[in-house]
Amino acid sequence: MGSHGIKDRVAIIGMGCTPFVEHWDRGTDDLLIEATTEAFANAGVDKEQVDAYWLGTAQSGMSGLTLAKPLQLQGKPVTRVENMCATGSDALRQAAYAVASGAYDVAMAVGVEKVKDGGFQGLNAFPIPGDGTARTLTAAAMFSMVVPAYGDKYGVSEAEMRDVLSHIAAKNHYNGARNPRAQFRKEIAPEKISAMPKLAGQLGVFDCAGVADGAAAAIVVRAEDAHLYTDKPLYIKALSLVAGNGSGVIDPEYDYTTFREIAACAEDAYRQAGVRNPREELAMAEVHDCFTPTELVLMEDLRFADRGTAWKDVLAGAFDLNGRLPVNPDGGLKSFGHPVGASGLRMMFEAWLQLRDEAPADRRIPADGRKLALTHNLGGYPGDMVSFISILGNELG
Amino acid sequence: MTTDGTAVSTGRGILGYGAYLPYRRLDRKTIAAVAGTGGGKGTRTVASFDEDTTTLGVEAARNTLRATPGVRPRALLFATVAPAYADRTNATAMHAALRLDGSVPAMDATGSVRSAAGLLRLALDGAGAALVVGADIRVGLPGSGDEAAGGDGAAALLVGGPAEGPVLAEYLGGASATAEFVDRWRTPGEVRSKLWEEKFGENNYLAAGRQAWTDALKATGLTADQVDHAVIAGLHGRAVAGLGRRLGVREGVLGDDLAGSVGNTGAAHPGLLLSATLDNAEPGRVLALVVLSDGAEVFLFRTTDALAAYRPTRTVAEQIAGGAPLPYGKYLAWRGLLPVEPPRRPEPARTSSSAAVRSVEWKYGFVGSRDRESGAVHLPPQRVSMTGGNVDDMEPVPTADVLGTVKTFTVDRMAYSPSPPVVFAVVDFDNGGRLPIELTDMDATEVAIGDRVEPTFRRLGTADGIHNYFWKARPVRTARAAEEA
Repeated sequence: MGSHGIKDRVAIIGMGCTPFVEHWDRGTDDLLIEATTEAFANAGVDKEQVDAYWLGTAQSGMSGLTLAKPLQLQGKPVTRVENMCATGSDALRQAAYAVASGAYDVAMAVGVEKVKDGGFQGLNAFPIPGDGTARTLTAAAMFSMVVPAYGDKYGVSEAEMRDVLSHIAAKNHYNGARNPRAQFRKEIAPEKISAMPKLAGQLGVFDCAGVADGAAAAIVVRAEDAHLYTDKPLYIKALSLVAGNGSGVIDPEYDYTTFREIAACAEDAYRQAGVRNPREELAMAEVHDCFTPTELVLMEDLRFADRGTAWKDVLAGAFDLNGRLPVNPDGGLKSFGHPVGASGLRMMFEAWLQLRDEAPADRRIPADGRKLALTHNLGGYPGDMVSFISILGNELG
Repeated sequence: MTTDGTAVSTGRGILGYGAYLPYRRLDRKTIAAVAGTGGGKGTRTVASFDEDTTTLGVEAARNTLRATPGVRPRALLFATVAPAYADRTNATAMHAALRLDGSVPAMDATGSVRSAAGLLRLALDGAGAALVVGADIRVGLPGSGDEAAGGDGAAALLVGGPAEGPVLAEYLGGASATAEFVDRWRTPGEVRSKLWEEKFGENNYLAAGRQAWTDALKATGLTADQVDHAVIAGLHGRAVAGLGRRLGVREGVLGDDLAGSVGNTGAAHPGLLLSATLDNAEPGRVLALVVLSDGAEVFLFRTTDALAAYRPTRTVAEQIAGGAPLPYGKYLAWRGLLPVEPPRRPEPARTSSSAAVRSVEWKYGFVGSRDRESGAVHLPPQRVSMTGGNVDDMEPVPTADVLGTVKTFTVDRMAYSPSPPVVFAVVDFDNGGRLPIELTDMDATEVAIGDRVEPTFRRLGTADGIHNYFWKARPVRTARAAEEA
């Protein structure tokens, strides 16, 4: 028994990512075709050369047919994957493990979400028949409970907490403004973010992820085959997934200043990758900043900062584009937008660009010899979530 | 119309009583400014948007049963003019919320205030302990007399004999006067009741009331001046006042009909007035309850020494004093009389009937589970423990009467609600359980970490005509509850 990982056994050889915006003129099929076309071109393969497909979508389609039909795949295995907001990441995880197992030579993971056809703002889960007693809070409200809990535990005043959250949002907007594929390409001053009316707890609209349509795709092969396709593959160092038991919401010990599933997931991922000091070894991280307080707590759960100190590091610019460890250099969910099934692969797309020196110059992370990127993707709520972490690198070993 | 009174010597009577008045109050002065007419002096009680006659009845019944822990009712009888459902029983939801045994019959009597008096009479004439619950939400068109005069509330009387528990007020006897005259009527489902010329109803009620009063006194061998407390319930205000002047009782005997503070709570009013009287009565006093509805019903009781030891969960006076104002516009919106723009969010799906049956102990009874080994409390109950992983080694943890403390909270302005915003709190209950739960009967600005709260049975919403009942939490406000807190 044990979580051994597949370090350096599988490589990403091509990726694609549509712009994440309100694609009123594009449907799920269009988004899938555009993201996969870019990935095929990147890898120099066609759809026939891919042996198996994993399609991640939270609620834009059922079954593998959602991908097989628009791409007109002939006789291919296609599996639909769903794991809430970590859906796209888990599709990549399935594809990578399939290749590592030797079952397939070439596999593709695609994530897509067409959220803007619902007619309502925000993300809306489709109802599963139940006894009517389930919580009906929005995700924003659930994550908003982190703010007073964190402030209270570490003696951070309400005003200081507000500055921290606004710094996170402004940083992600700064990065997103330099990303042609991002939903919101505008810098926003922290003061303006702080002044927004509150929607849930102390969170305003600029504390929340953008809601966008989009798709992203990755093609994976065995590491030893990678150079048949590209000179600059991205090697998978770790893939970790933890589905929580939901006990946080009913356990009086839980204090809303940490996400236990993520701390456990990080430990597993760092062990798989052999990372001892993430702050020193990681060149960048893409994290699941669904709401600004989420990103704050993630800095501690991912061990980018010591417990109770991430707020100071945030204010000091440690996670800014030119900081000690750039976090969300592509703008994150906040600014890039959050098409649920695609977001996990979008994070890897940024690692793909940055670690291959292909990110636009104005948002390129400092070139200081660090070779690893981390992506972190979660689904659910404080106390009740799934967590995914990947660690990717541009060199073997 | 001929009637006879009945004297009773079974020893049966009232074993327990409890009332429930919702938290909100409508100041009648605010009505005319909007409706252009109507209103008046004083306040009326207003059921919250998440309350209906079933939930009001549950709250009253809980108050009664908490005060009478030694008695388990063998029948649940529920009267209302405004049932939440037609074509199915409403008392069964109350039965589930009160966690009564499946062998205890539960049934409704609906349609008129008389239903409440009728059930009380059946219970007094019957055998075993019976819980008689009356609840009403009184409505009328904006500006109407019924809107201003009405009130919302519930009362629950536990009826039985000495074999079931100490009798607080022994039933001495009474009389009925049944009469058919159409002075007030409403087609089911309509908001507005129509009224015949006022004097017509008054004459008929006075005749019926005097007849029943005379018969009841005669049957019990009492005279009017031996009556120490008298209360009259009925929707015809002039008839109620007129009969009060004609009872022949001593000065000061006629009790407050609560019209100024609560309003007329319809099918709840007989039990509410009796509860208010018992709250203040001394042992050895004669009480008269008169109900004017399609005739008249008179009940005569004598309080016993046991009353002195009875501690109501919440007195009527305490609840009257414990309300908070509600703007008239919000009142109209809550009653569906002013359609307001709903939140632009998908409406919740209907509750699955089969799923609800599987979780009836949780959904209606608010019973969690406790791991026998680790002691970990699970709300809702689970089969596999979150600590240690024991399977099916849990004991039930009833939580409906357990207080809790707000650990943290949020105000959600985006979630769907019939009355946004939603205030949600992570509550640590005193039995060791934790549940994120919606708060009610409060303003969003009121909540603070450390607040003490108590569970309350509510209707979360309605989809496809199915009412979704579950528990929320409300601030602990009454003196006794605060003392326990």
